[in-house]
Amino acid sequence: MNTEKRIKLESFALQVRERIVPLATEGGCFLGASLSAVDILTYLYNSFLKIDGEHLSDESRDYLFLSKGHDVPALYGVFVELGWLAPERLKNHLSVDDHIYWHPNRHIPGVEFHAGSLGQLPAVAIGVALEIRIRKGNNRVVCILGDGELNEGSCWEAFLVAHAKQLSNLIFVVDRNHFQANMATEELIPLEPLHDKCRAFGLHTYRINGHDFDQLDETFSQLESNQGPSIIICDTIRGKGLPSIEARADRWFCNFNSQEIGELMDELHQIKQADITSQTIVAR
Amino acid sequence: MTYEQLLQEIAINDQQYVVMTAENRALVRNLPKVLGDRFIDTGITEQTMMGAAAGLALRGRKPIVHALAAFLTMRAFEFTRTSIGIPHFPVKMSSFIPGFLSDGNGPTHQAVEDIAIMRGIPGMEVFAPADEDDLVKMLPAIWETENPSYVRINTTANQYKHSIFELGKAEIISEGKDATILTYGFMFENSYQAMLSLREAGFDVGLVNVRSLHPFDVEMLKALVGKTQLIVAIEDHFLTGGLFSIVAEQLVTNHWSVPVKAIALDARWFRPGRLLDVIEFEGFDVANLVTRISTLIQENQ
Repeated sequence: MNTEKRIKLESFALQVRERIVPLATEGGCFLGASLSAVDILTYLYNSFLKIDGEHLSDESRDYLFLSKGHDVPALYGVFVELGWLAPERLKNHLSVDDHIYWHPNRHIPGVEFHAGSLGQLPAVAIGVALEIRIRKGNNRVVCILGDGELNEGSCWEAFLVAHAKQLSNLIFVVDRNHFQANMATEELIPLEPLHDKCRAFGLHTYRINGHDFDQLDETFSQLESNQGPSIIICDTIRGKGLPSIEARADRWFCNFNSQEIGELMDELHQIKQADITSQTIVAR
Repeated sequence: MTYEQLLQEIAINDQQYVVMTAENRALVRNLPKVLGDRFIDTGITEQTMMGAAAGLALRGRKPIVHALAAFLTMRAFEFTRTSIGIPHFPVKMSSFIPGFLSDGNGPTHQAVEDIAIMRGIPGMEVFAPADEDDLVKMLPAIWETENPSYVRINTTANQYKHSIFELGKAEIISEGKDATILTYGFMFENSYQAMLSLREAGFDVGLVNVRSLHPFDVEMLKALVGKTQLIVAIEDHFLTGGLFSIVAEQLVTNHWSVPVKAIALDARWFRPGRLLDVIEFEGFDVANLVTRISTLIQENQ
């Protein structure tokens, strides 16, 4: 990837994070989980997925399913920066008068499917990939999973079926931020060696740094020749972009006061590190 | 016409249909070669099949899905409720061996709570044909709609020739002052024979083949109020949440008053065995039904 393109993506990702942080107040959001996914979504929507913002329901479009639905602030941040979603609507976060809440839903243009129940969307993505095959289409289907989500047996069942059906247009992406709701994945339900597990299920498996646009680009660019489904395990950092909350078990769901949000915005812009004293509410 | 012949005819004529199965091919054995890519066997994966059905529906297809009733309803429940129920996709569920039809399989395979479970999903339609004749008369109308549906597949061969099916309407077989039997699915035939015997014995007994559990034919029920002295709901289903519950809900909601008795499975699974032995053991054979219903009528008078 050339420098100019990379800088553009980095700048886009920063703007997405600027959209997300203010949502972590007055009810809060899954801040840590959202920030780990920002760079992946930024890359996919800017450089990989063929989706025409003017024609979001064009049947030849690529599909992105956010199975790890609680990181939807990252998706909305991307939609705002792409001009698909009016920025003012983010002010309606958790308002019953709009549809901007903790999980994605199809009331928001660009969202392909509602999510929230982990392990649900790999199967839906398979159905869409199968339908595209019936039509002999070229659309690609990307399904983003959390690493904690891989506790759900339905993910592995879907991997078996995706492989059995040799769905070459189907790409799973794991946001491997190394935490599930309340603790490190390896402390509760160890996933490693994850690469070996995915490969043993017959998936074309890659493991990269999910915050590195060059690695993302290099990997996604080589998927086209694959026969059968692929999975990209993206190592990421929970809370990426805010060192004061990064890689912490207790910074998944966050509900801060307005002063703390201000401090976090300063931290995001590398002005000074935030001093957060609020107890984090672990919502689950 | 058989289930498979009907399905083949409809799926060939209309490209929107996709036939899916969780490796339950008993009634769709000949379809893979006819439908090609539109026949999808996901293996023993009821959850993935239902999720994939949602994905196919998202792209405009109408999947007709097949699996054993117990696993289709219970293993995959959240996938059905969340990926099909919430967006209200036209996924058409065909469930095999519901109720007593699981005969010797044992309680793991007994779907005797399926009606209760499926009608709990907003917008889900629930049907139970009396036999193969009823089945092929009902399915075209059920599959035609844009609603999700659940059908207790029943390919029993009976002599009775059913009337044309109208969505949401029951089939009124006969009227009776002493009692009216309401039943559905596999229990239709024995209820029909019991009704004939009771009439011969001098009881004025009517019979309704409910067919459509949800939506339920409320007009049919309204017509019974004041005309019959007793409603007997017969079902190979738990007492909770099935036909007896539906009738009770409707009577209370509408402030109608008719005594209602149930012949159902009261909070227990049935004893597994050969089908006819099971039915007799559980008291749902014709002779037992005649005795039980005549007793209920006498107690009611």
